Amino acid sequence: MKPNDVILHMAAKIAVIIIFTFAIYLFMSGHHHPGGGFIGGLTFSSGIVLLYLAFDIESIRKNLPVDFKKVAAFGIILSILTGAYAMLSGEPFLTQTFGKVDLPIFGETELASAVLFDTGVALAVIGTAVNIILSISEDQKSWKR
Amino acid sequence: MHFFLFLLGIPFLFILLVPILYKLFNPRVHIGWFVLAAPVILFVHLFRFLPEVRSGSVPVFTVPWIPSLGMNLTATVDGLSLLFGLLITGMGALVILYSVYYMSKTRDALHNFYVYLLLFMGAMLGVVFSDHLLVLYVFWELTSIASFLLIAFWYERKTSRAGALKALLITVSGGFSMLAGFIILGMISGTASIREIIAQAGELRGDPLFVPAMVLILIGAFAKSAQFPFSIWLPDAMEAPTPISAYLHSATMVKAGLYLVARLTPVFGGTALWFWLVSGAGIVTLLYGSITAVKQADLKALLAYSTVSQLGLIMSLLGIGSLAWLYENEALASAFAVAMFAGIFHLFNHSVFKGSLFMTVGIIDHETGTRDIRRLGGLINVMPVTFTVALIGAFSMAGLPPFGGFLSKEMFFEGTLKTSAVADFGLDAFGAVFPAFALAASVFTFVYCMIFVFKTFAGKYRPETFKRKIHEAPPGMLIPALLLAAVTVLVFFFPDVPAEWILRPAALAAVPASVGRFGEISAWHGFSPPLLMTAGVVLAGVLLYRTLEKWSPLYRHYPQKFTLNAIYVWMLEQYESLSRTLTDRYMTGSARHYLMYIFFFFILGVGGFLLASGGLGADLANDAPIGLFDAVVVVSIILAALTAAMTNNRITAIVALSVAGYMVVILFVIFRAPDLALTQMVVETVTTVLFLLCFYHLPQLEKRMEKPKFKLTNFLTAAGVGLVVTLFTLAAFDHKLFKPITAFFENSYELAGAKNIVNAIIVDFRGFDTLLEISVLTAAGLGVYTLVRLGMKRRDADETE
Repeated sequence: MKPNDVILHMAAKIAVIIIFTFAIYLFMSGHHHPGGGFIGGLTFSSGIVLLYLAFDIESIRKNLPVDFKKVAAFGIILSILTGAYAMLSGEPFLTQTFGKVDLPIFGETELASAVLFDTGVALAVIGTAVNIILSISEDQKSWKR
Repeated sequence: MHFFLFLLGIPFLFILLVPILYKLFNPRVHIGWFVLAAPVILFVHLFRFLPEVRSGSVPVFTVPWIPSLGMNLTATVDGLSLLFGLLITGMGALVILYSVYYMSKTRDALHNFYVYLLLFMGAMLGVVFSDHLLVLYVFWELTSIASFLLIAFWYERKTSRAGALKALLITVSGGFSMLAGFIILGMISGTASIREIIAQAGELRGDPLFVPAMVLILIGAFAKSAQFPFSIWLPDAMEAPTPISAYLHSATMVKAGLYLVARLTPVFGGTALWFWLVSGAGIVTLLYGSITAVKQADLKALLAYSTVSQLGLIMSLLGIGSLAWLYENEALASAFAVAMFAGIFHLFNHSVFKGSLFMTVGIIDHETGTRDIRRLGGLINVMPVTFTVALIGAFSMAGLPPFGGFLSKEMFFEGTLKTSAVADFGLDAFGAVFPAFALAASVFTFVYCMIFVFKTFAGKYRPETFKRKIHEAPPGMLIPALLLAAVTVLVFFFPDVPAEWILRPAALAAVPASVGRFGEISAWHGFSPPLLMTAGVVLAGVLLYRTLEKWSPLYRHYPQKFTLNAIYVWMLEQYESLSRTLTDRYMTGSARHYLMYIFFFFILGVGGFLLASGGLGADLANDAPIGLFDAVVVVSIILAALTAAMTNNRITAIVALSVAGYMVVILFVIFRAPDLALTQMVVETVTTVLFLLCFYHLPQLEKRMEKPKFKLTNFLTAAGVGLVVTLFTLAAFDHKLFKPITAFFENSYELAGAKNIVNAIIVDFRGFDTLLEISVLTAAGLGVYTLVRLGMKRRDADETE
């Protein structure tokens, strides 16, 4: 990895925006079209990995001060909580509901509790993927030293 | 959820509060004051059950826990459970009050202490109120764990850690045996509910598995209640803080085994084996404990062995009481039922006086800084109140009037005499063992009680031997001890109050319904044999105590090699070396070997199952024709895979592997699976990045790997796995054993509001799978993180060396 590659930096900056947008699109469209939490999360993390590859780990850590282990844990907790929420109304664990709501700008929109669950999946995937890649590449740094 | 079950969960609720309270109030307020509320609330609530239980009704509360396994949290409140519940909460309250003054706000980790204590309290309540055998087992092991944590509370001491480990190993091994017994009992009776098992007790007798179940359960109960030869863990458990010794290791937890024996007496009682095992183990433990207690120099060790001995006494009474199930003759049956009642009575007395004795030892330790009898003496001058409590407790333990222990001890003597008088179970030949052992053990009990009181408190007071100025304990430590001492005295004068309200209902759970009311308790019943026995005990005891210096050196002649502890240590060493050699055989540290295990197991397990069940087969009739595109893609996948396997260059191998992966993406596209194609593509990309990162660490391909033997093993493994997967896939399409689930997919829009069925499956229909998958994924990620971090640390350590 070259720390001062201008072309790589520029390309990465633009590509990352596209990748992130695409990842969010994939995530949101999952309900009716190809996509979903897993694939969206994975695409998102590939974008983050690209950032890490293009720039060095320290500067990314400064600009993106997120502990990805916690992201993964938060994702699982979110998924469990959305599942447990159904139990409050007497339904079995992980029962998902959906309904149509009339929102002011979007018009008639379908809202599904599955989306929340899917968010948890996406976060867990992002957290884990980045976490694994980071720890291996960090090890590599110490290896060089 | 029912209110009563909610109340039983109060200790667990308090566990959640303790860390918050600790953060808020320590060190301004001792958090023991807050924790005290839990046992007090429970005690008051349980107290209100007394009239109902006395009248003979048994309230039952049920809430489903794991309905699919038929496991319910059922709480039954009968006399026996209620007695234990009151002991657990009552002693718990006193011990927590005591601990507020005993445990230091600054030096001790109070939040840990009270969490463990509450964990124990909740678990122990679970043990005594559960009706389901397996639920009981879960709580049973939980008490062992809490005990382990509490013994090792001062974990910086080596002896604490060793004692905790010993206690855990012995009680949990016993627990496993008990679990096996419970499962057998559940199998032969067809239910896991204790009430239902008791209801069909008579039919179980003939079953060939009846005896194994009994023996296995008894091993668990004996291990928990420190019966010979499992008793060795209890003296070492004295490393725990003294309030814990008073609470767990004398008043409540060690009585769990007694509880179980009493509870299951209606099932097993009346058989020869049960009688001999229970009363035999009890009477041997009684003698062993009392003889060993005399030679102890540490006050707590003395009390520990005396607890072992007293537990043996109660156990033997429970065994004798089980004879009530043998006799049809009402007079004989009720005579032995009295022994059962005496067991329960002594259990109660023991909890009370032993609790107070432990508290006095705690006070002595706290004030003087030592528990060594050889250094103590003359403390009566500075601690008159503590002396009074110790005197009452010790005399009650020795079975002297006017203290509660006298009554139950007399009843014990009477029980042993009756046992020697009947002719069944070979008692006509060996029955005399019981009164003889009882007498001998009582003499030694008397001796160590005298040692406890007079070596500590009488004699010359030597203030110069202590580092600090000694004074009486604070009132907070004295009040619980005084309360218990007062109960000891009151029980002697008004034995009918506790007997009527709680002890009789408790004993009724363990005797046939036909026997009466266990007679009357009376302090004076003429010059009967038991009274003469007591007189003899006192005479012999005084004599032996007077001549202690002359005969106590005899103890030193016992060879150290044959002590139970030496055997335990030997067994532990053997076990460790055996498991080390065994583990070294297969844990080679080579990833290649581990992968081999996994693959071979896969081939043998899955392939073998496929062959054995005759599931092989292929139904190709409905398959789509293979087009040109498909053939080209498949051929390139095969070529890429072969390249990856054959090449001598790692980079080539990685690229070839990616080619194979992207070819699979194309396959997905051809078969119109956009979700899979997308996912596979991203996964492939990220994996390639990962591979390139790992590439850094991997060594050059070695010569070793080109040897034919090495390659052949690899080839065979790969071919085997491939073959099994192929056969399995074909077989899966061949059989239609289950109802197809296409209906779900076709109606996914109505059922889940989703037009994309793949996603509907992931997040809705199979949501549980997904949840577990992401959990596994995250766990794996954390695993990688930890391994890498550990490796880095180790390397750093190597570099600094």
